[in-house]
Amino acid sequence: MNKKQINNILIWFSAIILIILIMTPGLWVVLTAFRPQVDVMAKPAVWIPRNLNLIQFETMLFGGSEGSMGRSPIPVLSYLRNSLIISFTSTFIAVLVGTIGGYGFARHNFKHKNKYFLLIMLTRTIPGISLSLPIFIIFSKIGLIDTHIGIILVFVALNIPFTIWLTDGFFRQIPRAMSEVAMTDGCTKLQAFWHIELPLSRSGIASAGIFAFLISWNEYALVSNLARSTDSKTLTVGLMDFTAQFTINWPGMCALAVFIIIPALILTFMVQKHLVTGLTFGGVKG
Amino acid sequence: MRKFLNGPWILLMPTLIILTCVVLLPLLLSLWTSFTPFKLTKPDTLYRFVGFRNYERLIGDLDFWIAFGRTVLFLAIALNLELVFGLGIALLINKITYGQRTLRTLMMFPMMFSPILVGFQWKYIFNDNIGLMNNFLREFGVIQPIPWLVDGILANVSIMAAEIWSSTSVFAILLLAGLLGIPKDPIEAAKVDGCNSWQVFKNITLPFLMPFVFIAMTIRSLDVARAYDIVQMMTGGGPAKRTELLWTLISRTGYVDAKMGMANAMSYISIFLSIAFTFFFFYKLVEARQRLSYE
Repeated sequence: MNKKQINNILIWFSAIILIILIMTPGLWVVLTAFRPQVDVMAKPAVWIPRNLNLIQFETMLFGGSEGSMGRSPIPVLSYLRNSLIISFTSTFIAVLVGTIGGYGFARHNFKHKNKYFLLIMLTRTIPGISLSLPIFIIFSKIGLIDTHIGIILVFVALNIPFTIWLTDGFFRQIPRAMSEVAMTDGCTKLQAFWHIELPLSRSGIASAGIFAFLISWNEYALVSNLARSTDSKTLTVGLMDFTAQFTINWPGMCALAVFIIIPALILTFMVQKHLVTGLTFGGVKG
Repeated sequence: MRKFLNGPWILLMPTLIILTCVVLLPLLLSLWTSFTPFKLTKPDTLYRFVGFRNYERLIGDLDFWIAFGRTVLFLAIALNLELVFGLGIALLINKITYGQRTLRTLMMFPMMFSPILVGFQWKYIFNDNIGLMNNFLREFGVIQPIPWLVDGILANVSIMAAEIWSSTSVFAILLLAGLLGIPKDPIEAAKVDGCNSWQVFKNITLPFLMPFVFIAMTIRSLDVARAYDIVQMMTGGGPAKRTELLWTLISRTGYVDAKMGMANAMSYISIFLSIAFTFFFFYKLVEARQRLSYE
């Protein structure tokens, strides 16, 4: 064997170790969701999976059936509904407002533009838990605690900066000349935006939307304090409540975790291409 | 009026209104509250001004400073390790020609996990009774279960492992994007001139990569506080405050002990910490970008 072959083997060996390190924790959780409780608790550990079943998912969705561990302690369906309503609505509003803002930044020059941009980005830096304190005080005064509207409002504010960052970059890639030509041909500015710039940046806006959805779907620190009951608690808060239960049902918790990860998994694969370009060109080209 | 309708401000108006209502005004309230002895159980105390009393108490509060120090130390170690591992992974994937795209996609796996899931999954792995870690060690004769999440040092190491697992891929992906964008000519020229691979890396690859390092750091520093979710899930800051970070301390002070005034004072310090981190890396990014364009 020559030196190059040894080198190649070493590279592939480290790549395989790396993949194992990255994939094992997640896959272990997914596997546990399908395993019987006895096997999970067994000592010494049962390594080869056997008797895989869907009992945990049945319990979660249909409130328990024969042979399961009884009712799920968490009203998963209500939490799922809340998660979907809150994430979809807040994403829609954030993308609408953020795209308009991003267009404003990309197509207009004004005094202190970079400072405004940085200031808007900085609102994203504020730790969720720090922001939740004053919002909690305000919301409890005006009755928005534990409501969808309250949480949606907060998530919109959370997602706007990032949407602006991404759409600003996508709009700047489109040559200004295109809409200028349309405008000399008699289009209004709005028509030019609607017929030229918007369709061209469609994929960029879509990925901004998926990002916003993921951020809302995954958020915990803010919701956990602004939601009090099944009226507005989301799945992430549900998972936390589940782990705080007195009797530990690991397969059940893993099933809920699988429930949370699946939409995120699908959506991230959809945007993975835009993820890298979107994040880097804004930073490198300035 | 016409000028206003054609200008940028009408486009930015919705953004500014929402951010003012949901972020700016609450922050002002938070600032006011930090100067009062406000407790959730006594609503009247919101209107009593006590000056810097909360901040003065914080200065003398050992628990606070321990949590503060632990947070800074935690971030310093985690961010540096993530950068080093991310760079290593990016260089490794860059060397692989066959299956590079698949590897890159697999590398994104941890990015899909919300912090609360990351916390849950590592809580399960490090569980002293049935966790993957102890079950695995048992096969190698470690019969006495190791209390990963109970022992002070081990618990912090476990949380660090979770944090690194979840965020290293951000660095790896962004640095790989940087590596793929490096022009091949200067590298080949250097090799012809007799540079070894370390010299090529140090003098050509690294300066080109620097802006990407700082983009990754800036993006990462935007959400350092996500460690809150992970810690809350894995240990809740316990046992006996051994894993308390600034954010879990804020949450406990504000919501459990209902001392909102004090919690807001702490949260102002945490906000400054976050902004300082972001500013530092953003400044470095601008600097690296300028240096690159000069050369």
